[in-house]
Amino acid sequence: MGKKVAIVGFGQTYQRSSRKDVNGVELINEAVHTALSDAELTINDIDAIVIGNMDHFEGVNYVDCWSAEGSGAVMKPIFKLTTGGTTGTTVAMCGYYHVASGMFDRVLAIGWEKNSESDTTGAIVTAFNPVWERTRFGGAIAGLAVEASKYMDNYGVTERDGARVAVRERLHALNNPYSQLHQEWMKGMEVDQIVDLLVTSEQNQMLAYPLRMSDMCPRTDGAAAVIFASEDVAEKIAPTPAWVVSTHNRHNYVFLGDINWDRNDTLETAAKKVFEDAGIKEPLKEIDVCELYMPYSYAGLKWMESIGFCGPGEGPKLVWDGVTDMDGELPVNPSGGVMSSNPIGATAIIRVGEGALQIMGKAGDRQVQKDVNYALCTGFGGCNWADVMLLGKKKPS
Amino acid sequence: MESGEAFQPFNWSVGRHGSMFLKELKDNKAFYGVKCPKCGRVYVPPRKVCGRCYVAMDERVKVSDEGEVVVCTIIQFGFVDPSTGYQQPVPYGYAFIRLDGADTLLPFFLDSTDPKKVRVGARVKAVFEEKRTGSIADIKHFEILD
Ligand SMILES: [Zn+2]
Repeated sequence: MGKKVAIVGFGQTYQRSSRKDVNGVELINEAVHTALSDAELTINDIDAIVIGNMDHFEGVNYVDCWSAEGSGAVMKPIFKLTTGGTTGTTVAMCGYYHVASGMFDRVLAIGWEKNSESDTTGAIVTAFNPVWERTRFGGAIAGLAVEASKYMDNYGVTERDGARVAVRERLHALNNPYSQLHQEWMKGMEVDQIVDLLVTSEQNQMLAYPLRMSDMCPRTDGAAAVIFASEDVAEKIAPTPAWVVSTHNRHNYVFLGDINWDRNDTLETAAKKVFEDAGIKEPLKEIDVCELYMPYSYAGLKWMESIGFCGPGEGPKLVWDGVTDMDGELPVNPSGGVMSSNPIGATAIIRVGEGALQIMGKAGDRQVQKDVNYALCTGFGGCNWADVMLLGKKKPS
Repeated sequence: MESGEAFQPFNWSVGRHGSMFLKELKDNKAFYGVKCPKCGRVYVPPRKVCGRCYVAMDERVKVSDEGEVVVCTIIQFGFVDPSTGYQQPVPYGYAFIRLDGADTLLPFFLDSTDPKKVRVGARVKAVFEEKRTGSIADIKHFEILD
């Protein structure tokens, strides 16, 4: 089964809508430097590197090659991955596999994106068939809006339900200095009051019904790096390593028109397999914190059901009851999540890093107020694929 | 392909089934799918392999030019269509449509931006261009019937 693997360090940049103070290489270096400091390692301790982003976005290909000085890859093995929204979880999985194989003891996994330099929608649509799908596709926003239409129709879900999720994410982000969006005006207001404002305000522009500005993630510049270490060295590096308990990914079909819009099959199947590996029977009770990759508000309802935190159509009640708030039974996205910060190639590895921080007890103002034994981290990509990684405090047997 | 003033050197193949689909649109305003010999699913647009069963498909099946909206939205934000290089005229209705007789959904745009009409479950019918060239754009849009 290979070596057991743990996360022993995490670093991220301050994520902002535009980081003009650094170029891509320097942005990457900022994250790597922070991760190495966190683990008290130097680049000489790193055996191999995996890196990922969507190079289509910035229009610069082969990041593994041109960023070698920033990533620390000079004269080291480096591999590049590009899987859209899931890029960050995919580099994390790859870092894990590298170490689990026994070939490397310490591997650095990097995700980054500089969306301020990109044409994101123009690039996203290149993941879709140019003849059958691209015609007036509208990119990520339209793809997510149509998913919401079915979910709302199936269960009588309203715009207020979506807005309630958005409010949670933005309130949580206020505790996270690295996050891009800090909506200070929400401070001290009742949740109901903010929800009402969001669904009625004309300034909150409708992008694609039912998605308004407040229902979507922003475009962000940022990078993040996670250090994976084998069981032979992990406990010597970190006092409380975050062990990788299980990780799985799933893909489905060629065209969006082939997928089942009633369920998120890929996330459902990957999560089920992870829970099976970990012996988890009741995810809501047994998972202590979740960093859910949710690029838009309704994902915070429907995808909670896909993972198995509640039954079909029960997402809104779970969220309104406060179960997923910071002080709830299952805090979701204490970091403020993707809806508060979305440097695409880094977004999913930030989920993994934030999950690890919660286990290590190093999440600062966004640390959840309970013992964290299990943190669930996910990644989502535009062609409807899913990555899931479960981290644990106890070394897996 | 051409993109605005520019030309992009891309030249995509749609395969034999895809070519047949586009030819039928042009010549007969007809929709043809392809049926899996194992699971019986009818795929529109057609392709060679059923990924679920991992078998080759060859049986061509005519499906209706009418169908049902399965998921939909009204797109209101402006963006450049990378296939043409032009800014899309917004708003427009957009849906994934299950043509009667097909099992998969065809993404296309609608003739309406009325939130009461652009809804899950709406019945729609294809409207074709007068002059057809063998491209997916031979379908002008789908008209909402109810
Ligand atoms: Zn089949």
